[in-house]
Amino acid sequence: MELRRDVFQAIADPTRRAIITLVAAHAMTPSAIAANFDSSRQTISRHIQILAECELLTQKQTGREIYYHLNPGKMKEIADFIEPFRKFWDDRFNKLEAVMKKYKSKR
Amino acid sequence: MERKTKVHAEDGKQEIFITREFELPVDLLFRAYSDPELFQEWMSHEYGQCKVVKYESRNHGGWHFQTVSREGKVLFQAHGVFHAVIPGRRIVRTFEMNDSSFAPQLEFLEFENTGDDTSKLTLHMVFQSVGMRDEMLKLPFVQGLNMAYDRLQSIVSKLK
Repeated sequence: MELRRDVFQAIADPTRRAIITLVAAHAMTPSAIAANFDSSRQTISRHIQILAECELLTQKQTGREIYYHLNPGKMKEIADFIEPFRKFWDDRFNKLEAVMKKYKSKR
Repeated sequence: MERKTKVHAEDGKQEIFITREFELPVDLLFRAYSDPELFQEWMSHEYGQCKVVKYESRNHGGWHFQTVSREGKVLFQAHGVFHAVIPGRRIVRTFEMNDSSFAPQLEFLEFENTGDDTSKLTLHMVFQSVGMRDEMLKLPFVQGLNMAYDRLQSIVSKLK
């Protein structure tokens, strides 16, 4: 059974993050991607497959070659998950500031 | 408008930096963290009241607080140790959630004077692993989804 994959699982691996960085610069074929790593071609193919399953990479056929592109929409999903964390702390600190301003005026 | 609270979490690292500028003198900002009654007040929100069980803000002191619902149910608990408390400047403490799979985290709080009535807080959190750091970053995101789901559930149940 195939485990359900999500984008966070995909970016948890350093090799996959490196692949994302490479493909972000320009679309690449699987062999061009693999040429940047010491790992076997199969290992890199597996990483590419996982990234494609999470829709972080999309493939496009050009002639006989398959090129992998970065899916910017999915990357935005990753950037967006920090925003709720920031908002959580912003709300908490706003409360701190309000409580302390009230305390200051009472003194 | 510039965002007052900033989060810096570099990819592949096991730490988070949170910075915030306050319209408060640094001693008052520090007091919000060292006075248990004030801490209790600003840590409370509409979903739950913060109740301090123990708050020994001094070197090697312990701390423990709970978030309690209106019905008196304990929703959340966390505890840790103050390793260093330097008034107006610095707090080093550990933070651990009770009944959770998260390992304790180490927190460095730096209080800076930036003017007569302004100050800055830098909260530096260090986690056991990169994976755990990422889980912690995702927590409010996941909670947000759960809350949206709960709201949906309550709307749907009213329709029945």
